[in-house]
Amino acid sequence: MTRVLITGGTVLDQTGERRADVAVDPASGRIADVAPALAPSDGDVVLDATGCFVSPGFVDLHVHLREPGKEEAETIETGSRGAALGGFTAVVAMPNTDPAHDSVAVVEFVRAQGERAGLCEVLPSGCITVGRAGERLAPFGELAGAGVRLFTDDGNGVQDPLLMRRALEYAGPLGITLAQHCETSALTKGAVMHEGACCSHLGLPGWPALAEELMLFRDIELVRLTGVGMHFLHLSTARSVELVRAAKADGLPVTAEAAPHHFTLTDEMLTGYDPLFKVNPPLRTRADIDALKAGLADGTIDAIATDHAPHAPHTKELPLDQAPPGMLGLETALALAISELDMPPAAVVAALSWKPAAIAGVADRHGRPVAVGEPANLALFDPSHEWTVSAAGMASKSRNTPYGGRTVRGKVRHTIFRGHPVVVDGHATR
Amino acid sequence: MKHLLSITDLSPADIHGLLELTDHMVEISGRPIPKVPALRGRNVVSLFFEDSTRTRTSFDTAAKRLSADTMNFAVSSSSVNKGESLRDTVETIAAMGVDAFVVRHKSSGAPQMITRWTNASIINAGDGWHQHPTQALLDCYTIRTGLNRRDGFDGLHIAIVGDIRHSRVARSDVQAFSALGARVTLIAPPTLLPPSLEGWPVEVSHDLDAVVPHVDVLYLLRVQRERMDDALLPSMEEYSAMYGLDSRRAAQLAPHALVMHPGPMNRGVEMVVDPAELPGSVILNQVTNGVAVRMAVLFSVLGSGSDLRGSE
Repeated sequence: MTRVLITGGTVLDQTGERRADVAVDPASGRIADVAPALAPSDGDVVLDATGCFVSPGFVDLHVHLREPGKEEAETIETGSRGAALGGFTAVVAMPNTDPAHDSVAVVEFVRAQGERAGLCEVLPSGCITVGRAGERLAPFGELAGAGVRLFTDDGNGVQDPLLMRRALEYAGPLGITLAQHCETSALTKGAVMHEGACCSHLGLPGWPALAEELMLFRDIELVRLTGVGMHFLHLSTARSVELVRAAKADGLPVTAEAAPHHFTLTDEMLTGYDPLFKVNPPLRTRADIDALKAGLADGTIDAIATDHAPHAPHTKELPLDQAPPGMLGLETALALAISELDMPPAAVVAALSWKPAAIAGVADRHGRPVAVGEPANLALFDPSHEWTVSAAGMASKSRNTPYGGRTVRGKVRHTIFRGHPVVVDGHATR
Repeated sequence: MKHLLSITDLSPADIHGLLELTDHMVEISGRPIPKVPALRGRNVVSLFFEDSTRTRTSFDTAAKRLSADTMNFAVSSSSVNKGESLRDTVETIAAMGVDAFVVRHKSSGAPQMITRWTNASIINAGDGWHQHPTQALLDCYTIRTGLNRRDGFDGLHIAIVGDIRHSRVARSDVQAFSALGARVTLIAPPTLLPPSLEGWPVEVSHDLDAVVPHVDVLYLLRVQRERMDDALLPSMEEYSAMYGLDSRRAAQLAPHALVMHPGPMNRGVEMVVDPAELPGSVILNQVTNGVAVRMAVLFSVLGSGSDLRGSE
């Protein structure tokens, strides 16, 4: 029987690091064997993992796949391909599509399109409020019944504190997690970039750090009041890291993510008025980057999530205040984490794999130890492979990466999804 | 000089050079037939995405005095609504053969973006809250002639009063005045200052009365009514009382002090006195000088040194 045999690599999972070959059974989608040396049998597909870590596949808590509604920017298939190339075996699709993820029909469509593409597991998130309008609760129970585990109005924060309190109270017994896009919108009207010296000089309306921190503080207190846990999306400021650190020290059930662009780029990148660097929340300062890195290193920030946000090229050829915010992230996340974070490989993989898997509610099948009988969702990456980011070479339908031309370190060589190699030698197989 | 996007593109020597060239343009403008063939055959297109009759007319007059061909492309907001990208608009017009675009846009940075999509020169005629470099140059020229400061502004104290936060004029003027050596004080309620003044070569005051007697130039900015909607001001009346130039404050000005305004004025708001009654008002000189300064800029961008000496 045909197996996929991974040879020469170093297994890296939550149990540690060890030299081992891994045999995967595509029929069952599970790991068949793990041993220091496995000999190939006839018909085995052999994947060379020399110089690579063999780790559980990555889980991205935050991607915008644009389908349904903006298929000119991305489809679930092209986004899934980018995910696979980035080592992700599961991605949480944000709900700000058209229509939004506030009905069972839409989330089932998104999931089905993910299955059809067959490159990674696409986990639809659900809306907190109907149409993400911040007025009425979305049908949590029905959506939870359809398998939705993470709920958010991402792109919008839930402004009304009473509505947010009710959302948490109602969500409590359903076994779901509410995730907040922290932005007090009254403070960010028309905002284009971080409020500070740079926006003052450039003559652009500022997005103050306070707008994020105020909602984060409110929600941490709502978690304290209701006892219901929350996840915080794409935190970007030093004070946000402090707030989460203090909440965790108080024993509150909160988790948080940070995006690679927020720990690699500063607001000074906007000096050339290039909309590639416009993102929400905006690029901040060096001090914020340092705080996010420290937060990731000490576990205050649980996960690295990309906020992959494709936009068709013509929409990024508008002036900065009119261009939509967002940048590609799936195919560069691992490299930026390895290149920029002063963290051991096991900690990087934790933040990309088993920690987000737990937050997404998929820890039964993603972010598992590399052991016999476990689901074979694996990322095989060479941490020392240097490469140059090329926008044109990406699988995404869009080209809006701010990292084009940048040389980074760390590349996914192969990705195994449900026992099947979906990326081999850096190329998608389907 | 290929483009003029921002005062920061210019060294103090560049600014002095442009002001000296403006002297020639003033001389040409004073001739019985104020026209030279310096830019004959050059095509200058005004690309105004935001209404501005004054600035457009000033550039148009300047280009015609230099014999350039001019074309006005007033981009109605509807074409933006139809979904045409800025890039498509620019590339389409550039394909007709353009040597320089004079660009006005409500978005900060738009002129800089446009440089990526055309080989033509770009002259920024005002972008959002960011820059209005020819306004700053004409302001410098007006001060230079009004106070007879050909060698620079060392020792001059210039106060800029009003809505600094939303003002491209203020951003350009602060850079130009300080580049020429002036001491600049910004006077405004904190809500009308930028969120950060880090790196700005200025002092800040919230007390107009304390500053007025000591300035060589009092520069008033237009304050718009809509600022009250964003809770930046309680009322126009209060603004006027605290930051407007009334006759009591005008009487405190030094005899030699100039009063300036980029226009259009809000009478009864920042300008409570009739400027015609202010001996130091050079507001109309600013408008006149605007044409000569824009001739100098167009010539620097499009001309070659020898052409200027000929005349028709």
